[in-house]
Amino acid sequence: MSSNPKLTREQVAARAALELHNGDCVNLGWGIPNLVSDYVPTGITVYFHSENGILGMGPRARAGEEDYDVVDAMKVPVTVIPGASFFDQGTAHLMSRGGHLDVSMLGGLQVAENGDFANWKIPGAKGSGGIGGAMDIATGARRLIVCMEHVTKEGAPKLVRRCTYPLTALACVHRVVTDLAVVDVTPEGFVLREVAPGWTPQQVQQQTDARLIVRGDVPEIRLAGR
Amino acid sequence: MKQKLYDTVDAAVGDVPSGARIFFGGFGGAGFPNNLIQALDRQGASELTAITNNCGSGDGELGILFKHGRIRSVIASFPGPHARHFQELYAAGKISLELVPQGILCERIRAAGAGIYGFYAAVGAGTPVADGREERVVGGRRTVFYEPLAAEFAFIKAWKADELGNLIYRKTARNFNPLMAVAAKTTIVEVEEVVPVGSLDPEAIVTPFVFIHRIVRAKGIHNVVKS
Repeated sequence: MSSNPKLTREQVAARAALELHNGDCVNLGWGIPNLVSDYVPTGITVYFHSENGILGMGPRARAGEEDYDVVDAMKVPVTVIPGASFFDQGTAHLMSRGGHLDVSMLGGLQVAENGDFANWKIPGAKGSGGIGGAMDIATGARRLIVCMEHVTKEGAPKLVRRCTYPLTALACVHRVVTDLAVVDVTPEGFVLREVAPGWTPQQVQQQTDARLIVRGDVPEIRLAGR
Repeated sequence: MKQKLYDTVDAAVGDVPSGARIFFGGFGGAGFPNNLIQALDRQGASELTAITNNCGSGDGELGILFKHGRIRSVIASFPGPHARHFQELYAAGKISLELVPQGILCERIRAAGAGIYGFYAAVGAGTPVADGREERVVGGRRTVFYEPLAAEFAFIKAWKADELGNLIYRKTARNFNPLMAVAAKTTIVEVEEVVPVGSLDPEAIVTPFVFIHRIVRAKGIHNVVKS
């Protein structure tokens, strides 16, 4: 294991934000993806989609300016940007499930090397659990980027050969951005694209259940201000 | 013109029987028919089946119906960790739950209203949602069959109704409401304002009046409990 720190959640979000392009329509899920909107590269406009019926969601509403009829999927009062629209939940998921969004980013529990994805239920966890929009979003994503920690709090790898948790969707993940690496899902398996500063591909492999394919030099994740 | 206006929320829900299946609109604190929910609680019908996105937040939204043991069975996409009363009943094995992916929940409801007797979708394939469901490969992709989801009553919230029942909604308070409106035998809407026929722009009407059976004006209750 490297003595260098892992990326913070904010740094993972900042790296994930580099995946966005001008004009993209983007769904951000719970967890680290929810932070990504703070790091959209300057000079581009991204239209954030919310499953409760917004395309063109803006920043959180300022204190005193909240309208509780304009909320995001986490119940937080938000704003909308010019060009935004409101619609019903069925139309919102027509967009996600029907492959109309450019990029979707979701938090994850496990990603398998064949692209299978688990993010809604930890076996044995208390409570009813809940699916929400995750299955529709993951199944229909044109480009699904999972943003998560590389290992669990207990140190168990989350990039695995086969998911052992209940699945969210089959073979749906394109890229994983973690606090240790950027990894692509390819027909050959996981390909290591970038590593956290100070980490070697071998050290990242030790934190990964599945095999990471390394092609040539693997650059470090570039962080703002570095 | 059929008389659809009710003077009170209590009158609007007075005939809901025990054992009824009911849609409840609302998402993320917005667009919940909270006045109708509270009237239903006062009315006392029990053994209800609730079809809803989530199961309340504390005592708010559907929470009060779980607290008072009115609901026996739930079909939902995300009951929610803050649905304390639901979670207690669920942990005690006193309530049944069918989890449905959110977009599939929408489409099953829409199908029921549209006379569609089911559909196949890739959503859920390979997951516990597919357990016990028919599967087939369509266009090279594994898909799962979903049947329509109808109810006897829909409790919905809109912003404005005209006296016929044409509805417009406000911002994200629309959410599930227009979908549920079309799929119940009796759709009851609570609105902030009732306006004369002809005063809503026909281009702006989201739910045409044919789907609406009862209208009641009630001041909106927002549940701003953080979750």
